[in-house]
Amino acid sequence: MAEGVRRALEFRDPRQGRELSALLGKLCADIGRAPISVMHVCGSHEQAIARFGLRASFPRALDVIMGPGCPVCVTDMPEVDEAVALARMGVKVVTYGDMLRVPGTSRSLADARAEGARVDVVYSIAQAAQMARRSDEEIVFFASGFETTAVATAAVLLSDPPANFSVLSAHKYIPPVMEIVAEMPHTRVEGFLAAGHAAAITGWGVFERFVQRHRLPVVVAGFEPLDILAGLARLLELIRDRRAVVVNAFPRCVTREGNRKAQEALWRVFRLIGGRWRGIAHVPNGNLRLRDEWARFDARRRFKIDPRALCSDAPPGLAAQCICGDIMAGIAKPSDCRLFGRQCVPDQPVGACMVSSEGGCRIWMEYGGRPELELEARR
Amino acid sequence: MRSEPAKVELKHGAGGRAMRALIKEMFVDRLAGAPGAEIGLAAMDDGAAIPLGDRWLVITTDSHVISPLFFPGGDIGRLAVSGTVNDLAMMGATEVLALTLAMIVEEGFARGDLERVRDSIAAAGAEAQARIVTGDTKVMGRGEIDGLVLNTTGIALTQRVVSDAGLAPGDAIILSGTAGDHGLAIMACRHELELQGELRSDVAPLNAMIRQALRAGGADVVAMKDPTRGGVVSALCEMAQKAKVGIVLEGPSVPISDSVRAAGELLGIDPLMVANEGKALLGVRPAAAPRVLAALRAHPLGADAAIVASCVQSRPGQVILDTGFGRRLLAEPEGEPLPRIC
Repeated sequence: MAEGVRRALEFRDPRQGRELSALLGKLCADIGRAPISVMHVCGSHEQAIARFGLRASFPRALDVIMGPGCPVCVTDMPEVDEAVALARMGVKVVTYGDMLRVPGTSRSLADARAEGARVDVVYSIAQAAQMARRSDEEIVFFASGFETTAVATAAVLLSDPPANFSVLSAHKYIPPVMEIVAEMPHTRVEGFLAAGHAAAITGWGVFERFVQRHRLPVVVAGFEPLDILAGLARLLELIRDRRAVVVNAFPRCVTREGNRKAQEALWRVFRLIGGRWRGIAHVPNGNLRLRDEWARFDARRRFKIDPRALCSDAPPGLAAQCICGDIMAGIAKPSDCRLFGRQCVPDQPVGACMVSSEGGCRIWMEYGGRPELELEARR
Repeated sequence: MRSEPAKVELKHGAGGRAMRALIKEMFVDRLAGAPGAEIGLAAMDDGAAIPLGDRWLVITTDSHVISPLFFPGGDIGRLAVSGTVNDLAMMGATEVLALTLAMIVEEGFARGDLERVRDSIAAAGAEAQARIVTGDTKVMGRGEIDGLVLNTTGIALTQRVVSDAGLAPGDAIILSGTAGDHGLAIMACRHELELQGELRSDVAPLNAMIRQALRAGGADVVAMKDPTRGGVVSALCEMAQKAKVGIVLEGPSVPISDSVRAAGELLGIDPLMVANEGKALLGVRPAAAPRVLAALRAHPLGADAAIVASCVQSRPGQVILDTGFGRRLLAEPEGEPLPRIC
């Protein structure tokens, strides 16, 4: 077995999991009020929580809110429109599987493919570049993801990609959106669980300024069940002790400085600009776009993309009723949305959170909300 | 709900809810006719069973498209024989009377490759003790079809039909071996992943192994299903819905090989949700479970068999996964954007 996988499996010991769950219960009792709301800002955290059934083992007082941490979810409609418009121009668009069904104003890439446009799924941007090397046709990689995947995009652009290859960047940068959420008027969030893989690149030091400014603790956590439970325990301790500091609970991967080489690659290729995150807000410095030096690989400058035609046959008003922004800010639950489970279902998602397998609404639909399954059916 | 889009999408062939909805709405309701003595289209089982004197004639048909045509552990020929033989076996019919073979070939397809497929059909047929008795051949122009499509139909006689709907609370569910081998082998192949460890499809005819299990369990084997498209999860969901029982799947009990687990982690794909082509799920009355398990393990294809789940009265139609950390509902896989794998 691959060494990395073997090591990861060590962090899936159910016995230690039960001990940590008991500790969470004790810490909540120490704090003595409910709900205690903490937010993670990473789809991979939510996915692990759902996959291992962790919510069923959390104490009732603990509310673990999914923040704007799903890159697929926060990709804005106009960004999808650009990809769809490109595909309909006859350009081959390749992207990650999750992006296929993200709705644009009138249609998704999957819809465009069903109508005859050429859209393909790849597992990595390297695979997309390889595809371009083996072909003469124009291949555009529709790039989504946070700083983690943006580094992979940067690495490919820095390693002499073929001339028929270009990138449509919908990459996003996490730290600025945490500020937005912390400053939302009705926020109940008392602490953040930060994403270990993003911090492996940026370093945990990136959160120090945030902690000082907002007086909220941040714990950097990994993605195995024991990582998450231990990270939550650390966060509850900080809340109990009223300590607003950054704690690195993922030291096997994360340092204070982060990965300098990756940071260098990231900022050589990308620059920050403000832009809308779907359902949330305009996020100053929240979008990663290609620098001018990389214009020849920038699909936005290489092609004349005109998504306006897609707006004329948009379904009226449905998206306007979507409350994903409130859900990701932790002030509403999926069941508060009138579209949830009716007009908005995994097959035909309206809002950000129903799109991705990492989206909150999607997970509620598929796992029945906070599944209270511990008490019943135990043999 | 918004209305369904007017075009057939890939998800309609992915083996999950969308596919069953399409089949039911478009075909079953219009073609099934009035219910008779037979297990027919309306049952949406692995095949049909028609009463013939004191026995049942079981019929099943299956079309096979797969990319790539040749993959580690098998090829489209072995898949075409195994798929149909296994669908018969899942109905309790383990003695195959005959198979048919229809093929549609793309112009320009290498004769050498066709010979390889033929040899593989012959070998799998010999393993299953099943003969091809008739067939059909069509050739289509270049680009009108992707390489080779095979269809096989199988018929068999049996004394007792085992449906996929026979579970009751208390029953144990046995998985005949490791989960996810076929699906992850194909995906690794398709995506040219360099992985440590051997990933091989498990494609194999299961009728001999199932015969042993049925001899050991008799009427206490109450339901069978092969977890092909959609994997173990999809098959269990269907069994739970048809029998209106809840199923508790003990995650840590499911046998999964190290290399499949590693590939699943790397690809972010749950081995329980991808196809198997040489595995069976058997629902067994609790008292008979140990001897059915022993019979399966006595066969080389069932060496890794394990009891993986149990049926409960609560939550009818749902499958609950116990991860060892907590419990959650398992949702049936929706159509996925990945390439077809069986």
